[in-house]
Amino acid sequence: MAIGVIRETERRSLPFDKLGVIIAALAVYGAFLAPFATFRANRIVQGEGKAILEALPPSLGYGLLALVTFAIVVAVLKTSVPVRMAAAFAALLALGFLIGSCAGNLVPAENAYARVSPASGFWVLVFAFALLVADALTRLNPGPGLRLLFLAGALALVGAMLATGRWDGLSILKEYASRADTFWAEAGRHLTLALGSLVAATVVGLPLGILCHRVERLRAAVLNVLNAIQTIPSIALFGILIGPLGWIAAHVPGAEAIGVRGIGVAPAFVALFLYSLLPVVANTVVGLAGVPRAANDAARGLGMTEWQRLVTVEFPLAFPVILAGIRIVLVQNIGLATIAALIGGGGFGVFVFQGIGQTAMDLVLLGAVPTVVLAFTAAIVLDALIEVTGPKHSRGKAA
Amino acid sequence: MASLPTLLRLAVFLLLLAFLLQPGWFEPLLKPLVQENAPAVYNRGSLFWLTLLHLRTVFVATFAATVIAVSLAVLVTREAGAEFLPLSRSLVNIGQTFPPVAVLALAVPIFGFGEKPTLIALFLYGLLPIFENAVTGLTTLPPAVTEAARGAGMTERQRLMQIELPLAMPVILTGIRLSVVIGLATATIGSTVAAKTLGEVIIAGLQSNNLAFVLQGGLIVAALAVLIHDALQALERALAGRTNA
Repeated sequence: MAIGVIRETERRSLPFDKLGVIIAALAVYGAFLAPFATFRANRIVQGEGKAILEALPPSLGYGLLALVTFAIVVAVLKTSVPVRMAAAFAALLALGFLIGSCAGNLVPAENAYARVSPASGFWVLVFAFALLVADALTRLNPGPGLRLLFLAGALALVGAMLATGRWDGLSILKEYASRADTFWAEAGRHLTLALGSLVAATVVGLPLGILCHRVERLRAAVLNVLNAIQTIPSIALFGILIGPLGWIAAHVPGAEAIGVRGIGVAPAFVALFLYSLLPVVANTVVGLAGVPRAANDAARGLGMTEWQRLVTVEFPLAFPVILAGIRIVLVQNIGLATIAALIGGGGFGVFVFQGIGQTAMDLVLLGAVPTVVLAFTAAIVLDALIEVTGPKHSRGKAA
Repeated sequence: MASLPTLLRLAVFLLLLAFLLQPGWFEPLLKPLVQENAPAVYNRGSLFWLTLLHLRTVFVATFAATVIAVSLAVLVTREAGAEFLPLSRSLVNIGQTFPPVAVLALAVPIFGFGEKPTLIALFLYGLLPIFENAVTGLTTLPPAVTEAARGAGMTERQRLMQIELPLAMPVILTGIRLSVVIGLATATIGSTVAAKTLGEVIIAGLQSNNLAFVLQGGLIVAALAVLIHDALQALERALAGRTNA
């Protein structure tokens, strides 16, 4: 309450939006002082920065500067939330559309070695206007359905830019073009690792969590072991598992046939599974412990068996908390699966570590950007699910 | 009389110290893990020295993250910065979905190889839990206490330094603890971009197919994480106990 009152009085006394001033400073730097695109004679040499007016044909360049200036004015003045949203969105769309035009403008058509990539100015502008969008979204505080709609819209736009070949001239997509097949194979492997280990952890973790909830003596022991596993750094755990899995592959008949090997996907899968267990088990325990006593008593009074009570009363009530555990696991797994590449497990990490090895930063981006997009998408989708399944009164509290 | 968990931690600490200073003593234990002529104890540098460098990297990054995150949290919980509170909360939520590896990978093009990208990645990633907890700590103070401080005629600055920050300290420490534990593990990945950390031992093991290297690198980091985690937790309890008394 107090904050609301203070904010109202401030709104009247100051003509400028405080966050808008910061966004404006960032955008002015990005548009007028920093290079917009980088031109390199080939894939790994140092590049030279080009300002907006150098990188784009004059008509497009001045158009972009005018639009950015307009969005800056909207951000600085105390405009309504939909107007801010629209201005920021228009600026982002123009940036995304026009960065594709830089390649055609800077590189002669017959030159196959030259590379054009977005430079710091572009990223600062994207960051500034993304901040404006985030602020507008926070103020709107949209429900889960609307958030999913925004996400779908943003992904569809990026998909359209990619599908129509707008960005084909950019360096990161040239890296993609020479690896299109492996890219999708690694993407599949990344998802298999992240989702497969999540499914396995849920299948094992849920019953284990229920057991820990019922048997108090087991609880501390199981949670301590799972906690200890979390402290082992991921590359070490991946490496440590190479030994035992190699042994199993060599000595257990049939193990090798189902893909158990010392190196590759198997140790990565097992490591991700082990990391995933703690959030699933811990949240199941917390969720079940949070079921109100009255609900359990009522169920007992109705003559429900232990099993009926678990399925129809306890589990549905604990579900949002368990889902929150699954969200943690999924986002964490998508990131950790990158490291699987170090032990031959594949995934987007292949590009990241190859790129680091060759000091080819576009290749690093080809691995890192999809990972971030995946993690971000997973977080938004699961947050929406948690909100839909959660208690109704929780909405609006976030603001 | 010390309790069993304390004795266990002391044992882990002494074992760790012994391993770092006299790794040769443990060679017979590690020998079965490697092939005939391969070294069982890391021989490309001092484990003790690498551990110190590892801890220094994490310490510097977490210290910087704490200073910035707590300052920002103080700022957005003052009247003048209240406008930024909702946005900063959503930014922290977004930021935490970024995988640490991706942060590290994205820092390389900007800062080059070596110590810098690792420090930057650890710093950026460490900001989030500390900021989140500092905001929680500063916004959930018992109203009676802040009212009393106001009533006693304390200035805003005095209230912040003498009442609000000390009361929020246990919650802030929880954030620092989270950050340190994530940082200890993430710093090992820094070795893929040539940072001097214990990750070097693990990566050397992966490259030469030497399980003993992987195991010792991993276990040293794990032992460090457990000990530091528990020490910070004990500090939190002590602080919380003092402010509640």
